[in-house]
Amino acid sequence: MIIAFKMAIRSIGSNKMRAALTMLGIIIGVVALVVLVSLTSGATDSVTDAVSDLGSSMLTVTISDDKGVPITLDTVNEWMNESAVGEIAPYASSSATAAADGTSGEVTVYGTTPAYYDIQGLQLAMGRWLKTSDVENHTYVCVINEATAEELIGYTDCVGQAITLNGVRYTVAGVLSDEENSLTSLVSSGSMVAYLPYTSLIRLADSLTEEVTSFCVSAPENGTMDEVEAAMTQLLMERFEDDDDAFEVSSQSVLEETMGSVTSTLTILLGGIAAISLIVGGIGIMNIMLVTVTERTREIGIRKAIGANRRTILGQFLMEAVVICMIGCVLGIFLSWGILQTVNTVVSSLKMTFSLNGGVVMIAVAFCFLIGIVFGLYPANKAAKMKPIDALHYGG
Amino acid sequence: MIDIKDLSKIYIVGDERVHALDHATLHIYPEEFVSIIGPSGSGKSTLMNIIGCLDVADAGSYYLDGMPIESYTENQLAAIRNRKIGFVFQNFNLIPKLSAEENVELPLIYQKVKRAERAVRVKEALERVGLTKRAKHLPTELSGGQQQRVAIARAIVTDPKLILADEPTGALDSKTGHEIIDIFHELHSQGNTIVLITHDNDIAKQASRSIHILDGKTTEVKL
Ligand SMILES: Nc1ncnc2c1ncn2[C@@H]1O[C@H](COP(=O)(O)OP(=O)(O)OP(=O)(O)O)[C@@H](O)[C@H]1O
Ligand SMILES: [Mg+2]
Repeated sequence: MIIAFKMAIRSIGSNKMRAALTMLGIIIGVVALVVLVSLTSGATDSVTDAVSDLGSSMLTVTISDDKGVPITLDTVNEWMNESAVGEIAPYASSSATAAADGTSGEVTVYGTTPAYYDIQGLQLAMGRWLKTSDVENHTYVCVINEATAEELIGYTDCVGQAITLNGVRYTVAGVLSDEENSLTSLVSSGSMVAYLPYTSLIRLADSLTEEVTSFCVSAPENGTMDEVEAAMTQLLMERFEDDDDAFEVSSQSVLEETMGSVTSTLTILLGGIAAISLIVGGIGIMNIMLVTVTERTREIGIRKAIGANRRTILGQFLMEAVVICMIGCVLGIFLSWGILQTVNTVVSSLKMTFSLNGGVVMIAVAFCFLIGIVFGLYPANKAAKMKPIDALHYGG
Repeated sequence: MIDIKDLSKIYIVGDERVHALDHATLHIYPEEFVSIIGPSGSGKSTLMNIIGCLDVADAGSYYLDGMPIESYTENQLAAIRNRKIGFVFQNFNLIPKLSAEENVELPLIYQKVKRAERAVRVKEALERVGLTKRAKHLPTELSGGQQQRVAIARAIVTDPKLILADEPTGALDSKTGHEIIDIFHELHSQGNTIVLITHDNDIAKQASRSIHILDGKTTEVKL
């Protein structure tokens, strides 16, 4: 084995130019694979970080089984006093037909409490947000977003105007600005949204009851999300008889999940394209190995005459193909590393760092090995099958 | 040692059938030094290739050490070539990329001999042909006579029972040729069986027995 390896190195070394050109195919393939995948995963990581910076300053809790002890607004207020928990805003949603001045449309109606504003990081364009007294008195006020204001009323500056939701009159207390780069606007840009006091929504929508089934939680000023998650989980476990199937605490936004699946598809796609270039490199190896075998027919004859059997010859040429592949692979990985470092310095202002993706390096190594075997096998077998006497007399 | 009966080898070139060997029959006993002599094209090389298990006959029987060679697989033949037979060719047939030492070492590698033992045996073999000083040289850096010595060293390094030499002096001047033949005498005196193929009567006479071959037919000549 070691001897076969040394022999392979020597015979590759005896024709450096040719070996280098053959390796180039593999090197390019490896670089394409490693760099593309590392870049996508690097970009994905930094974008996901950015997204989770935005979205993960809150937890979302949904209750699926209340075990006869439903959570009410009072429970929520009680929990808000816990030191590890910041603010909690229960919310429920429904859809309703909104109308004003003869125009009407479908709006998504959220019923919630004042805390919702800070937790979700909403921005008022004008007017005010919901107040505690609104919730306590089931007042008929609503806060709408700019899209709703423009759609229904025709202009943004509409605080004090009245709209009807499913025929019930509500006064517009405030208008939220549709912030261009906010997370909510990304998901629901242009759609019409209205926020009501939690208690008012329950009156509006028959299907909803006093029981809170979803709420969002923020961290206290000097607490971390992990601490809140732990504290929240403990509170819920205590309430629901240690049954962790009764509720779900999630810190990942929908956006993040969607992005994850998009980028992983992208990675697979790019990786696939790069893999094709590696296969092309493999064909180059097969080609050069066939030439080598023909050139060295006489050598094969000599080796067979002094006792090399089929397996030995097969192993020798297969080893050569694999060694070429692996050297190409290692060089390719180093080159990729260099390229990524360069990219890092170039885009250092973007706050993205790209590093070699360990997984793809492993895949590249395994793939190169496989290519060496697959594309080396045919030429090596051709060499091994030669009859000693014919090989010995080849070309005089 | 070698027992050949009615061995035939026919080459078909175009419409013509060339009887390279035509019912050749011969016996060679252990520790003999036999020469096979015949004019060019008489079938000497063909015979040697068959004796050396590099080629197979079309008809007839060949027993080497009592083993019927026809019934062996390719891998078994490779093992026989490796262990029992040492070849010396007219054109040396050294591997140009390997040094003298490495060329001699090769059959031992195929025998899976351990590294340390290989080194000892290679050194020994090169000593026997008087080429210790040129061990590191590539074949292209050696004279014809020296290359043939390397080839002989490669043939004897495995201690084969049978040494086959096909016109080993054919590419050498007569002085160097004599030196090579002297090596064969020495090997013979050390107990090796030697089959030497030549078209040179003087060289053939130095063997203890000579077999004549003409148009693929063998006849024994007493000298
Ligand atoms: N591969 C082959 N195809 C066709 N004919 C062949 C082949 N090899 C040998 N022959 C023929 O077989 C005959 C014997 O050839 P061989 O090489 O055994 O002769 P030789 O006695 O070794 O001659 P020389 O002294 O010139 O080396 C010749 O007539 C040759 O033409
Ligand atoms: Mg000949």
